[in-house]
Amino acid sequence: MKCRVCRGPAIIDVRRHNANFCVEHFIEQCERQVTKAIDAFSMIAPGERVLVAVSGGKDSLALWDLLHRLGHHAEGLYLGLGIGEYSDESGVYARDFAAARGLVLHEVDLRRDYGYDVPRAAAATRRVPCSACGLSKRHLFDEVARQGNFDVVATGHNLDDEAAVLFGNVLRWQTEYLARQMPVLPAGNGFPRKVKPLVRLSEREMAAYCIVTGIDYQVEECPMAAGNSHLGYKEALNSIEERSPGTKHDFYFGFLDRAAEAFREGLAQDAAALSSCRDCGAPTPSDRCAFCRLVERSGGRLPEHDGHDPATATGTPVILGRRERP
Amino acid sequence: MNVRLRNPSRTVQIQGGRSVAKLLNELGLNRETVLVIRNGTLVPGDGFLEDCDEVELRPVISGGAA
Ligand code: SF4
Ligand SMILES: [Zn+2]
Ligand SMILES: [Zn+2]
Repeated sequence: MKCRVCRGPAIIDVRRHNANFCVEHFIEQCERQVTKAIDAFSMIAPGERVLVAVSGGKDSLALWDLLHRLGHHAEGLYLGLGIGEYSDESGVYARDFAAARGLVLHEVDLRRDYGYDVPRAAAATRRVPCSACGLSKRHLFDEVARQGNFDVVATGHNLDDEAAVLFGNVLRWQTEYLARQMPVLPAGNGFPRKVKPLVRLSEREMAAYCIVTGIDYQVEECPMAAGNSHLGYKEALNSIEERSPGTKHDFYFGFLDRAAEAFREGLAQDAAALSSCRDCGAPTPSDRCAFCRLVERSGGRLPEHDGHDPATATGTPVILGRRERP
Repeated sequence: MNVRLRNPSRTVQIQGGRSVAKLLNELGLNRETVLVIRNGTLVPGDGFLEDCDEVELRPVISGGAA
């Protein structure tokens, strides 16, 4: 196999582009795909402050690395979810990555800062762990972004993730979800903009990117994920992809180009003004946000509000949840 | 060759050299879902693995739904 660009020996084939790449040109290809996504969907404007949701896995570390390479101001946020050994290890990967590059990593630990963890929240709500986990993540990314004056929150969702979510939504005709499934969610109502700059890159390419750039990431999977339907959708799509390369890309980008708009038209106008959560101040349609209710049901506690206003423009770490008074 | 698999982490012995594509085929692995690593570098689908190689087959599919 020869590199499409330089004809040197290739290290990876990207079949949906019908192309092989050497290390140098594969990295360039990844940079180009991220730039293309950022430009096509107006994800990040020059000079904006980006908060990257970092899990210690391949996608989020590759994303952080790529944004940094491309000259964006990107700081990381790692959430300690309290999922046993998996969480302990993932934090080490995130910290080592940041330290080696001199990047700022913010941290929130559910147990230390809020007195609960994902397994406890799952038990208390009697729902799958991913649902309590997802709720906690969304809330805390928003909150840290708000406190740290970040313009945008970036997550490492890749093409496989988005295609699998789309597949699940289509199988059940979840029209409301379909109306909202976009690689960028504009800011509004007190929420920061949310972007997914890796949507043009597959999961396999992100793992390859980490290997060729020497990013050490957590290969072990979250134990809570085993057997969930999301994984089943990925498997189904990958067996189609194996036979017809490019299917995942066409499925997802065809949806964005030709179908998403139709679902958005049917979307109920949810312009109903949001108020502030009485406990944490987050925007919410009721008087208390879903996160604060989750913390309470899980036997946790909210950090006390003391008007603490974390440093912003300097890039000093936002220390959330450590607001005990002296 | 020694082949390291992940999730859970384990090593299997395979007799004789063969191409990456053939190895994945024999193990019933979808090429979209794994990378082949030898001495810290990626081996492409048409690469040949020698009997004396230490190889890692690394899955690339993450499962989080959030
Ligand atoms: S797999 Fe589920 S529980 Fe585990 S980190 Fe991802 S969302 Fe959270
Ligand atoms: Zn090249
Ligand atoms: Zn709240």
